[in-house]
Amino acid sequence: MSETTSVPSPGATGDRNISGVSIRLEGVTKRYPGQDRAAVDDVSFEIAAGETVMFVGPSGCGKTTLLKMLNRLIEPTSGRIHLGDEDVTDQDADQLRRRIGYVIQAGGLFPHMTVAANVGIVPRMLKWDRQRITERVDELLDLVGLDPAVYRDRYPRELSGGQQQRVGVARALAADPPVLLMDEPFGAVDPITRQRLQDELLRIQEELGKTIVFVTHDFDEALKLGDKIAIFDVGARVVQYDTPERILAEPAGDYVADFVGAGATLKQLSLTRVADVQLEPVTTALAGADSTAVVAAAQAAGDDFVVVLDGRGRPISWPTVAELSRTTTVPVTVDERLPVVGLQSTLNDALDTMLAASQGGVVVTGRRDSLAGVVTVETVMAVIQQARAEVAR
Amino acid sequence: MVDYVIERWGLIAYQAFQHLSLVVQCVLLGSAIGVGVAVLVYRNRSATALANGVSAVGLTIPAFALLGILLAPFGFGITPAVIAVTFYAALPVLRNAVVGLAGVDRATVESARGIGMTRAATLLRVELPLAWPVILAGVRVSTQMVMGIAAIAAYVLGPGLGGFIFSGLSRLGGANALNSALTGTIAIVLLALVLDLLLVLLGRLTTPRGIRV
Repeated sequence: MSETTSVPSPGATGDRNISGVSIRLEGVTKRYPGQDRAAVDDVSFEIAAGETVMFVGPSGCGKTTLLKMLNRLIEPTSGRIHLGDEDVTDQDADQLRRRIGYVIQAGGLFPHMTVAANVGIVPRMLKWDRQRITERVDELLDLVGLDPAVYRDRYPRELSGGQQQRVGVARALAADPPVLLMDEPFGAVDPITRQRLQDELLRIQEELGKTIVFVTHDFDEALKLGDKIAIFDVGARVVQYDTPERILAEPAGDYVADFVGAGATLKQLSLTRVADVQLEPVTTALAGADSTAVVAAAQAAGDDFVVVLDGRGRPISWPTVAELSRTTTVPVTVDERLPVVGLQSTLNDALDTMLAASQGGVVVTGRRDSLAGVVTVETVMAVIQQARAEVAR
Repeated sequence: MVDYVIERWGLIAYQAFQHLSLVVQCVLLGSAIGVGVAVLVYRNRSATALANGVSAVGLTIPAFALLGILLAPFGFGITPAVIAVTFYAALPVLRNAVVGLAGVDRATVESARGIGMTRAATLLRVELPLAWPVILAGVRVSTQMVMGIAAIAAYVLGPGLGGFIFSGLSRLGGANALNSALTGTIAIVLLALVLDLLLVLLGRLTTPRGIRV
């Protein structure tokens, strides 16, 4: 398991803030009575502090069982589990779980509790004082991109699937656990929402540096989110455990190659972040500004469209120069269908978004949704051609 | 009939109160027993089947027969009445509590356990609140049913409006016999309606907004 990779993965940079701890499994086994094959067979495994590790494999391979043994929702038949320097195999399971965030599909929210009550539940169990819990809840809702004033007192059924999932993540992070376990959390939301949630998780992870174990059946998701990917076979046998780049470049045997699938060159699109490619500069205009000046500026720069920004620098629409020249002031209307991706999105996401919007490019946003530039379909094609050329060599 | 009621207003009111008191107390006790047993059995498939069987068979036992059996050890009076009424009150609650607890989404329970809630906390703060509307529906059924059964309990000299019915029926043809039986019956129906209304109100007040339909 070498750490030398051509592209530094987003979690591996040394100066990053890391609040996670390492996880070490030693010969962990789970046998169910009446089954001759162990569900998890003698797995030894180490996850470094602050890394995101993706568990992928066919259904029934034991990846979810392995995940649930980390917080002892399933008790291992034998083997030891260490969090950091601590052997937690025989610790009180309830106390242990309060130190490990747990996110499941659709968030697993309690329908009879408000968003604030859901998020504050672990701090309440840990007997924090009320004031501190309220502050923490607001802080977390902010972190996952939900306005506390709007969402604090809502009930889960009043939220969309994506919003429920965000609350689920906020709840898991409430007591600031060093480890986050995620069991196919984004499996039940639509592709666009899933992509946003993934981007958000990457952003949160960059900020917090937790140790994340994430089960998924979506290999593209694994490529996008993982610092490392563990590919499992039946009995939770680890077939390959490496960085996404190396798994794509050197799949360990036919099993992994099948799993990765054909078109590995296209998979490079899932490895390349929008932030990694050259963003096109673009003429911008403040909503409500004088159109003629903007049109002149765009024509001088040779752009055929203009990105309109609101007062906080966030892109709201991108009219063509021709459209704009028919107006006197830059329109303030928000284009709901404006294709937007974040800097942490993959080129795969960017291409998806372009195709969904039938546009030749997407607007890229950086910190606090402010404009970072534009990625065009030509840029994506160039990356594909380059990857092909590298494979051919 | 009006004269009959006005003449005996004090007695009717007293017996109505006795009837109500018997029903409310027995329903409370029966609900506690029903929910308690449900909590013990709902995780175990065969125990659940047994409990459902008991509640189904129990409801088919005629109230008269049960009271007759209870007479032998306890004699006449309030004890056999309370036992019989509580027995019938517990059964619908037991059945609904089992259904309600089993109906709580497994993923919700697992996520409660996964974030470190103890077994007891999961039950008290997640499972019972989510099963509550179903349990309360059981309490309503049981209250309605037990209203009538409490009348039969007057047969063993228990308290309540049943006395008017029985004394009326035993003197049928005599003066005021019909009035007596009718008074008891109508009073019971009215009490049942009022109590059901109160339970609906209780349901409104105690069902969390997030799961109200």
